[in-house]
Parts: sequence; structure tokens; C-alpha cells
Amino acid sequence: MSVTLPPDLQSAVLAEETILGGVPAMWIDRGRIVEVLRHFKTAAEKPFPMLYDLSAVDERERAPRAGRPASAFTVFYHLFALDGARDVLLKVPLTADALEVPSITALWPAADWYEREVWDMFGIRFDGHPRLRRILMPPTWKGHPLRKDHYARATEAGPFSLPEDRHEEEERALRFNPGEWGLEAESEDSEFMFLNVGPQHPGTHGVIRFVLQLDGEEILDVVPDIGYHHRGAEKMAERQSWHTYIPYTDRVDYLSGTLNNLPYLMAVEQLAGIEVPPRAQMIRVMLCELFRISNHLVWYGTYAQDVGQLSPVFYMFSDRERLFGIIEAVCGARMHPNWFRIGGVAADLPEGWERLVREFLDYMPRRLREYDKMVMGNQLIKARTVGIGAFNAAEAVEWGVTGPALRACGVEWDLRKIRPYCGYEQFEFDVPVAHKGDCYDRGLVRIEEMRQSLRIVRQCLDNMPSGPVKADHPLTTPPPKDRVMHDIETLITHFLAVSWGPVIPAGESIGRIEGSKGLYSYYAVSEKDTIPYRMRIRSSSFPHMQFIPEISRGHMIPDLLAIIGATDFVLADVDR
Amino acid sequence: MDPTLQSVLLGLTVLFVLLHLAGFLIWVERRLLALMQDRLGPNRAGPFGLFIIVADIIKIFTKEDWTPPFADRPVFVLAPAIIMITALLGFTVVPFAPGLVVMDSNIGVLFFLAMSSMGIYSVILGGWASNSKYSLLGGLRMSAQMFSYEVFMGLALMGVVILAGSLNLSDIVEAQRGMWFVVPQFIGFVLFLIAGLAESHRLPFDMPEAESELVAGFHGEYSSMKFGMFFVGEYMGLTLISALIVTFFFGGWLGPGFLPPVVWFSLKTALFIGFFILLRAAIPRPRYDQLLAWGWKYLLPLSLVNLVATAVVVLIRHG
Repeated sequence: MSVTLPPDLQSAVLAEETILGGVPAMWIDRGRIVEVLRHFKTAAEKPFPMLYDLSAVDERERAPRAGRPASAFTVFYHLFALDGARDVLLKVPLTADALEVPSITALWPAADWYEREVWDMFGIRFDGHPRLRRILMPPTWKGHPLRKDHYARATEAGPFSLPEDRHEEEERALRFNPGEWGLEAESEDSEFMFLNVGPQHPGTHGVIRFVLQLDGEEILDVVPDIGYHHRGAEKMAERQSWHTYIPYTDRVDYLSGTLNNLPYLMAVEQLAGIEVPPRAQMIRVMLCELFRISNHLVWYGTYAQDVGQLSPVFYMFSDRERLFGIIEAVCGARMHPNWFRIGGVAADLPEGWERLVREFLDYMPRRLREYDKMVMGNQLIKARTVGIGAFNAAEAVEWGVTGPALRACGVEWDLRKIRPYCGYEQFEFDVPVAHKGDCYDRGLVRIEEMRQSLRIVRQCLDNMPSGPVKADHPLTTPPPKDRVMHDIETLITHFLAVSWGPVIPAGESIGRIEGSKGLYSYYAVSEKDTIPYRMRIRSSSFPHMQFIPEISRGHMIPDLLAIIGATDFVLADVDR
Repeated sequence: MDPTLQSVLLGLTVLFVLLHLAGFLIWVERRLLALMQDRLGPNRAGPFGLFIIVADIIKIFTKEDWTPPFADRPVFVLAPAIIMITALLGFTVVPFAPGLVVMDSNIGVLFFLAMSSMGIYSVILGGWASNSKYSLLGGLRMSAQMFSYEVFMGLALMGVVILAGSLNLSDIVEAQRGMWFVVPQFIGFVLFLIAGLAESHRLPFDMPEAESELVAGFHGEYSSMKFGMFFVGEYMGLTLISALIVTFFFGGWLGPGFLPPVVWFSLKTALFIGFFILLRAAIPRPRYDQLLAWGWKYLLPLSLVNLVATAVVVLIRHG
């Protein structure tokens, strides 16, 4: 796959490369990046309308390599087009003395939060950004965490103290001043009320703060304040071995279990050149689809609860318990299975797994029909969600909205169909769509997705191939052990691979899947080491959260809760 | 016995029973909800988990009774008292059995309506005096909700009053010897049920506290027994509405002779309490502007039509 620029923009290209995972990349001169982006968004023959990701890499500790322009920090723009799932990655090299790039918020409003994140994490300024403030870290934080010279552990930071003056400074930073949030305190004829929803609130599903600007109960504006669940998952990757990072991925979107392992491992396996054997592939697909159902069940229950229906959440959680019965039998854990491994899965399926899966497959459709009547068929639920928070496909693409929310706008688009990975091309399933793009339709799509996932799981059950569950490859981790006790070379290799972890070849790689909430990818940068050099996690909750104000204005407080409920975000997935 | 003394004794008995009933109902509701929601509910302390009531009471009495410094203190303290007082006073006109009524008033219906309107002050004042935004929104919602639902609550009862020809609740029960009023006044019954539900501000009419939106709404700033009074007041309101539905529409204490009247009355009331708990488990919460729109656009006109139709029918029959 290649991407070309018209002759007048050719001179802006400093170098080209290809990132594993089929993403062509171009190094672009900083002065012309906006021009190039504008071309790709609007003028190109085949445009890229979605700003899929925007982040940076601290290149200062990276070995120079031929064909790569010198750069202290690289800002990258990942553009995406739904038709054919085309990508292009544009990299802008920056020198340490001039950490500035022109802001593209005027071109893509969705760049707003991404640019703030890059400023927060790397200290790179974006000229012309309307409100370049920290987004994940507290406003009083010193330093930029994803820089290589920023410590990764509290123990490296020296003892903590909170003297009086610092205490006061922290308190001052907490004071609410509407102007700082880009909000007007009053209009000509009325004074607005500001309401904090969160960080502790039963309707927000976790720690997030929405600052509401209200006129009566009508919402004039919403500003989400994220970062309360920020755990530095990207920073942690830079000090974990490739193998020991897997459990951390589980905790990013903590409702989707193995769906987190998969994109990470796809990125690593592309770097290592590992072909995963068919049985392992199918086990992966099966577990991922089970976790998709599990995620959607939690969403279903909490969605009903957010609009005030008390009971469904209990039914859905008890169904999820049944599902966890399978997960537990296979993985030994429930929410954080940590089950996939580089080159396959941790172990073969347990004896009797067919019966467990079959029972669940026979049980679930009946329950889903019941829930249809109870929740989606309920007139009050309809009154609360139909026409609320509606958007169309063009807006969705503009703001980087993917997954069920995109399909609810009538776009029949699923990465599993468009660019199948992990053997999804072997399965028969439909891509459910709805057409109005409101809270109710987003619900319909997710519910139908559960049925389709059940279909896929049944196909896994009926067609599970035999064979190994781990690739026969030197970088498979942990390596196969059957010949360890026979010769010394194998023993040493095994010992090193277990104690140090595998050394993954240098390169860059993007693993992407259709997650439970939308497109989900890991961008791994390897410097031929036992640990990743940089790990960028592109979660779908982040753009979805950024989009919430756009669809909430003009609605009322209860509608905001319906919108939040229908968005299906996980805060660890927003903040990472 | 001296009738005054008798009234006082009866009043004290009712007070005793009601206060304990409210505690008991908390357990009943939790167990019933658990049953409906596929879970166990409180089942550890004592037989069937009944001692949870005692544990709850000990807890609620020993919690710190905190009045926020920003609250309007006198009103803040007064608000939870109002809901208790009005709910208890509402019971004085309810006939539990022939002659078994604390205050056999010939304006019983009006007295009940007055008390239930007064009860709303508790929520509004509580929300206002807390001086917090969530509480304020809860209080505002309650006042809006009540304006629209109080109106047809009274109107819904007027059909019954016309049929019985009396405002005395004992007379209304007696008038149902031939037929329970739920049959000729079915619309009135449905309207009163809805209005009563709104009055007791429980799901699906719990906008004033709307857990997922306003956290706890009007009683968000209350703690300890002040919160307990709101809580108990809610259950008493629920019992009162159930008792009155039974009195107005389901023949009060009337029933086949093998059970004493007071048992019939209690059974019927318990049935409605159970029904309200079931509703809470089943129905989501509408948005409050939708609720107001339904109140004004459909329920109020419907109650007027019902009133006029009843009056016409009665006039023709007696005319």
C-alpha cells in the first residue's frame, strides 16, 4: 500500500518508510505539515477524513538509523479512511531546541485533546491551540511524563513532602474559574449554574468529572475533565519486558479482557515475524468474542440503570457471571485473564470446555430476547433515548468515532470484515447497523453484536482445529519447554527467554483490532531490546469522550446520563 | 371508656405500629427487590435477615448528625420533621375497621389532601435549605412535579366523593358494600395511583432524588437520623397511599366474614405496597419534563372528564 502526494507537496517529504501492520509512513517537514494534512483530508483523490491518532515519540535515546531524519521528538499524525481501511502516518521531526508544531485544531477539531495530551506528556507546544493545558496530569505537575528523562516510578522521584506553600498552591489549582474551562459565567439575561458531575458520581461509571454549564436544567456546555484514572500504561511499557507487559494491557479497557491483549500481541508478533498457529488463532477469536459479549452485557445493564431501570443490571451481571465461568475455566482469571502470549496462548483449552461453551450458547439467546422486551421494548426507555445525542456518519468520522457508535449511524463498517485479522475471514457473521445514530440505536447495534458474537463463538466451537497453541518460533514466550532438559543450548536459550524476556527485532509496528468499543490499536516501537522503546495505545474511548460535549449541548441533565450510558466508555481506556 | 382516652390510645397504637412498619418495610422491600432481581438481599442477621432492621436502626442513630455549615440551619432541621408529621397526620383519618379510626372527620378526604400537600414542603425545603446544587435541583424538580400532580390527585378523588356522597372516609368505605369503587371509578383509580406514586416520589417518579443523575437529590446533604426520617417518611408515605387506595377504591376493611375487617384492610394494603415495590423494580425513570408534560396534557384533562362523566351519570340516576 502506498500513498502519494502531488508534485508541489513532494518537497515536504523528508523520508518514507512502512510501519508493520500495513501503514505507510512519511516524514514531513514541520513547516508544511498543516498543508500536507489539509491535502490528505480534503484535496487528495482518496482522502483520509479521520484523524485516527496523534501522539509523539521521544527519540533522544534511539539509535540513529539510515533513512530516518534526525529528530529529538517526533510528532506523528495517524490518518485513516474507512473505505478500504486505508492508513497513512505522518511524522514530523523536531529538534530539542524548537519543540513546537502548528496546531491542527482548525482543520480537525478532534485534534484538540490529542494535542493537549502530547503537550502534557512530552512538552511539545502546538501553536494556535485554543486551550493548551494539561489533560491527564494534574495542573500543578512538574515535567512531562513520557519524556525519557522523566522518572517512571515514585521511588525514583525522591521523598514526597507537602509543605504549607505547596499545599496552598494545590488548593488554588483546584479552585473553579469558568474562564479557564472556556465557559462563560453569564449571558446578557441570565447567570449560569455550574454543576460538577463527578469525579465521584453514580452515573459516570468511574472517576471522571463533567463540568456542566446549565441554564435551569438545560445543558449549554459540557467540559469533560479526564485524567483521574491515568495510570501511565504507556510509560509502564517502557520498563516492562515484552512479555511482562501483557497483564498491563488487560487493565486498559478492563471490561474487555483479552481484547486488550490481542492488538498488543499483534504488534509484537509482526515485529518478531511470528505466525500464530490456527488453533491458537481460533482460541483467541473465541475468547475475544466472549469478552465482547461480556463487555456489552455490562454496558446493557448500566445503560438501563442510567435511565433509572433498577433491575436489568442484576440480570446482566448474573449472565456475565456464567460467562466468567467459561473464562475462569480457560484462563483461571475473570476480568484480567492475561491469557494470550507472544506466539499463541498460555495453554490449551481445558478438558470439557465444549460443554461449558455450548451451555452458554444455548442459554444466552433466550435471555437476550427477554431483555429486548424488558429494556429495549420499554416505552419509557424509548422516550428517554430515541433522538437523544444523535449524530451522523460524517460527524462520527470527523471526531474519530468508531465501533458500535459509528455503525449506529448506518455505516456498515467493521474491521473484522474490511481488513480481517486473526483469521476472522473464516467466520460467517453480519455487521449490524442502525440508522438514526441516537442513544437508542447505539444500544440496538450492541445488542445485535452480542448475537453475532454468539454466532462466531458457535463456529469456533464447531470448527476448533487441532494442533499447537503456540508458534514454533524462537521468540515465542514463554518458549516451549519439552526439549529444555535434553541439551544445554536449549536450556540456555530457554533460561534467557524466561529471565530476560525475548529480544524483539527493531522496527515499528501497529496492531489493530475491532475492540468492544471501537478501533483499538497498539503502536509498538522496538529498538531490539527486551523492553519496548515506546508503546502508543490508541483507545476508542478517548475520542468518544471528547465527542460527548458535541452531542450533549441543548439537552437536559438526565439526557447527559443517557448519553454517557449509551457511549460505553471505560475510564481506564480514556486515560490509559 | 372515655372517647377522648380511646382516641389517644388508638392514636398511640397507630403511631407505634406505623413506625415499626416503616422499619419492617425497608426489610420487605430489600428482600422483595432481591427476589425480583435474582439475588439474595439481606439474609444473614437473624431469621430471614430480619435483624437487619435493628442493625439499620442502630447504625442510623449512631451516625454523625452533621449539618453542613453552608445550610440554612432551622429550615434544614425542620424539613425532615415535616415529612414525618404530615405522613403520620394523614393516617389519622384512615379507618382501619368500623369505628377504628383516630379522627372520624367528616372532611377526611380534604384533610388527607391537605396533609399530602404539606408533605411536599419537606422535600422542597430540604432541597432548598441544604444549599447545594444537587439538592436544589432535586427540590425544584419536586415542586414542579407536585404542582402538576397534586391538581389531579384531588380531582381523581372527586368521583369517589360524588358516588359516596361524603367526604368522610368511613362513609366512603360503607358506600362500597355493593360494589368496590374501582369498578365505576376505574379511571379515577388509575389516576390516583399515578398521582399517589408521584406523591411518594419513588421510582419511576423519583426525579427529586434520581440516583444516577442527582446522586441523592434533595436529601443529599442529610445524614444520620435526619436522613432516616426522610427514609422512614418515604415508607410511611407509601403505606399511606396504599391504605388510601384501598379505602377509596377497594372497599377498605370490607371483605368476606371469615377474617376480621382490620385483617382485610391490612392484606389489601400490603398487596398495594408489594405492587409499588414491583413497579420500582420494573420501570425506568422518565425525564422530568416528560413527566410534567404527561401530567398536564393527558392526566389532568382525563381526570376532569372523569369527574364530569361521573357527575352526569349520578345526576341522571338520581334525577
